Amino acid sequence: MSPSPALSSALHLAVALDGTGWHPASWREPVARPRELFTAGYWADLVAEAERGLLDFVTIEDGLGPQSSHALDPDERTDQVRGRLDAVLIASRVAPLTRHIGLVPTAVVTHTEPFHLSKAIATLDYVSTGRAGLRVQITARPNEAAHFGRRTVPRIETYDSPVVADLFDEAADHVEAVRRLWDSWEDDAEIRDAATGRFVDRDKLHHIDFEGKHFSVKGPSITPRPPQGQPLVTALGHQSVPYRFIARQADIGHITPQDTDQARAIVAEIRAEQESAGRSGELLHLFGDMEVFLDDDPAEAAARRDRLDTLAGEPYRSDARVFTGTPAQLADLLTEFREAGLTGFRLRPAVLGHDLPAITRGLVPELQRRGAFRTAYESGTLRGLLGFRRPANRYAATSA
Amino acid sequence: MSRPLKQIHLAAHFPGVNNTTVWSDPEAGSHIEFASFAHFARTAERAKFDFLFLAEGLRLREHGGRIYDLDVVGRPDTFTVLAALAAVTEHLGLTGTINSTFNEPYEVARQFASLDHLSGGRSAWNVVTSWDAFTGENFRRGGFLPQEERYSRAKEFLATAQELFDSWHGDEILADQASGEFLRDARAGSFVHTGQHFDIHGRFNVPRSPQGRPVVFQAGDSEEGREFAASAADAIFSRHATLDEGRAFYTDVKNRLAKYGRTPDQLLILPAASFALADTDAEAEELARIVRRRQVSGATALKHLEFVWNRDLSSYDPDGPLPDIDPDVSDHHIAKGRAQVRMYRDPLATAREWRELAAAHHWSIRDLVIHTGNRQNFIGSPQTIARTINEYVQSDASDGFILVPHITPTGLDAFADKVVPLLQEQGVFRTEYEGPTLRHQLGLAHPDDDSARRVA
Repeated sequence: MSPSPALSSALHLAVALDGTGWHPASWREPVARPRELFTAGYWADLVAEAERGLLDFVTIEDGLGPQSSHALDPDERTDQVRGRLDAVLIASRVAPLTRHIGLVPTAVVTHTEPFHLSKAIATLDYVSTGRAGLRVQITARPNEAAHFGRRTVPRIETYDSPVVADLFDEAADHVEAVRRLWDSWEDDAEIRDAATGRFVDRDKLHHIDFEGKHFSVKGPSITPRPPQGQPLVTALGHQSVPYRFIARQADIGHITPQDTDQARAIVAEIRAEQESAGRSGELLHLFGDMEVFLDDDPAEAAARRDRLDTLAGEPYRSDARVFTGTPAQLADLLTEFREAGLTGFRLRPAVLGHDLPAITRGLVPELQRRGAFRTAYESGTLRGLLGFRRPANRYAATSA
Repeated sequence: MSRPLKQIHLAAHFPGVNNTTVWSDPEAGSHIEFASFAHFARTAERAKFDFLFLAEGLRLREHGGRIYDLDVVGRPDTFTVLAALAAVTEHLGLTGTINSTFNEPYEVARQFASLDHLSGGRSAWNVVTSWDAFTGENFRRGGFLPQEERYSRAKEFLATAQELFDSWHGDEILADQASGEFLRDARAGSFVHTGQHFDIHGRFNVPRSPQGRPVVFQAGDSEEGREFAASAADAIFSRHATLDEGRAFYTDVKNRLAKYGRTPDQLLILPAASFALADTDAEAEELARIVRRRQVSGATALKHLEFVWNRDLSSYDPDGPLPDIDPDVSDHHIAKGRAQVRMYRDPLATAREWRELAAAHHWSIRDLVIHTGNRQNFIGSPQTIARTINEYVQSDASDGFILVPHITPTGLDAFADKVVPLLQEQGVFRTEYEGPTLRHQLGLAHPDDDSARRVA
């Protein structure tokens, strides 16, 4: 089968993998495999299913503490999934078992080292031969700061606190250092010149000399420039501070509009920030996040949601729009949001064991029938799937 | 001697970023592409090796203020490449060198526990320490650690990580879909650690992994390093691969175990060892000579002399005589980010000794560096190498070896095909893996085996 032509109406699709699914009672569904959550086979099966559906990428959630039902504090619940594996390592573990799908682990940048994260994602790009991304996340949780003990994070009341703005500024510095480290080796730095005995041309290795408010990093990386040059950076945002972060530092922004009017407003705000950041000519995807309960019969999807809510003991609340219905109805909705300026979607399956195959085997064929989704992978790299060219190296340009 | 034959442990060190690795060989492949790591790991597993070993250095080496360019430069992130190798192997242990200075216990513990889950119980941690401000420049916390505190931080780092691994006991996850109880214990993973280097508390978020804790290696050779290993490690990655040095080291370290309430079989001694293998002993000697000459090019020879002289010797001819001038013994050091500079504690004496050697043998600079450098530990036909390795292990010079081939990624192939079958015929090396986890291959007990918690 030949790759589908680049249709202006084509959209991009990712799925967000987290535990047994996004509904807190998802682990109690018969299709869930809660006892296998901490095995490689569980994650390999999920990513293989996503790849079967020709999806652009999967994201994998992570955190520097146990999951919690509270925004900022830990809880002591025993009725929900608690505990998770490192997302970068899950992505790396499944990389050799897949060939096309992008792998975008979440990494918390608040307490961690840019040097370690940069080489970890570069290495993920090597082991996946060009399919790595990085979803950047901050944490303002005091309990997670106490896991590191290097500083305290002031207690905030809401996410529009100046403390959060500062954490995002730090995240922007972190990503800047990570990106410079990816470029700190020029592509042709390894020369293996037998005549002079030199393995590398050291004029093509660069100190990055990053100096920011919170830290400095010397470089170069110990890992050569990854196959994609710059793996893709994504981030989720709900308000102006993270929107500005997305506009400044991300390749893909995940946003959570409830309707198409909100979608238009958020897209306009981010595009304006993108322009003032001097990036107006650059490709920046804006993906809508959506939770999905998908069934062929809309009543069944609604009944499933009710059943899970009953098990959870409370109605399901989400930061993102919650969709309950059929693949055709979801395709209609995605098309409407597409027209409001979104270029793709990151779907959060309510129950992975049910709603992931409903996406790959129900929604994807429906979108393909409408000419709105690929019928074969058209590229071997994540950048390629999303229409990004391989970027020039910032240091090669200045030293030429 | 009536005791039964010891079983040999063998591991494979991915060729490193020093001049042991001959990147100029026509057969030498990529040092960074995953295919090289996969080939190397599959060869080790085909040969029933215990584990693969990765070294690490967190800043590119510099010499005379510039990046050192004569050896292999560049390596992957340790955790990430080991997790990927878990996908292309089933039994091989995965040992990563992870620094206790430029990391935090919570993060490293979750990475090792995750690797242990994702590999079905095959992870191992070679704990190393460093303190230099040079490496620290790559990290947000910088070069913060006085040299004399590096072992105290390493010990506390390891102890803290063990507390995190032990914060889950293994029976907390019920995942009872009918009753709705996922966790048996609402406080699973709780920990509090208060110490000189770490003051942390909260809940660890990775449940107990198949091995309980990763296998712990220690690589330091100092008095402090030996004591650290005797108190807390499962295996030592040592440099003493000659028979006499090996036996002395082996006896010394194993004798330290009793005071920590440990028995000699709870700490394996595994020196790094290089080899030159050919069909006959004579061919192997010739190969060893050729490889050593390739490992030390003229340019490399001058740089090695600079480690001792601590000055720019680039105007000297590597095929000519040694310099007449004496080494610079000031505090400033020409080489950064490597261990060799500390090997020459009295450079004036070393220089005098080397000049005398060179004069007596009519050696050029390059000849001298080749002859004073390390010979391959094992040189010979498959029969000779198998016999020698077995002799070393049976006479307690080690419990086995971590082999360091000089070619990436095929440098282990001939050893796997020709030497391993001979060791197997002698009944001193496994023909099948002992079990699913690295602890099984190394004969180490699961940390819960002697505790009342163990249900199975």
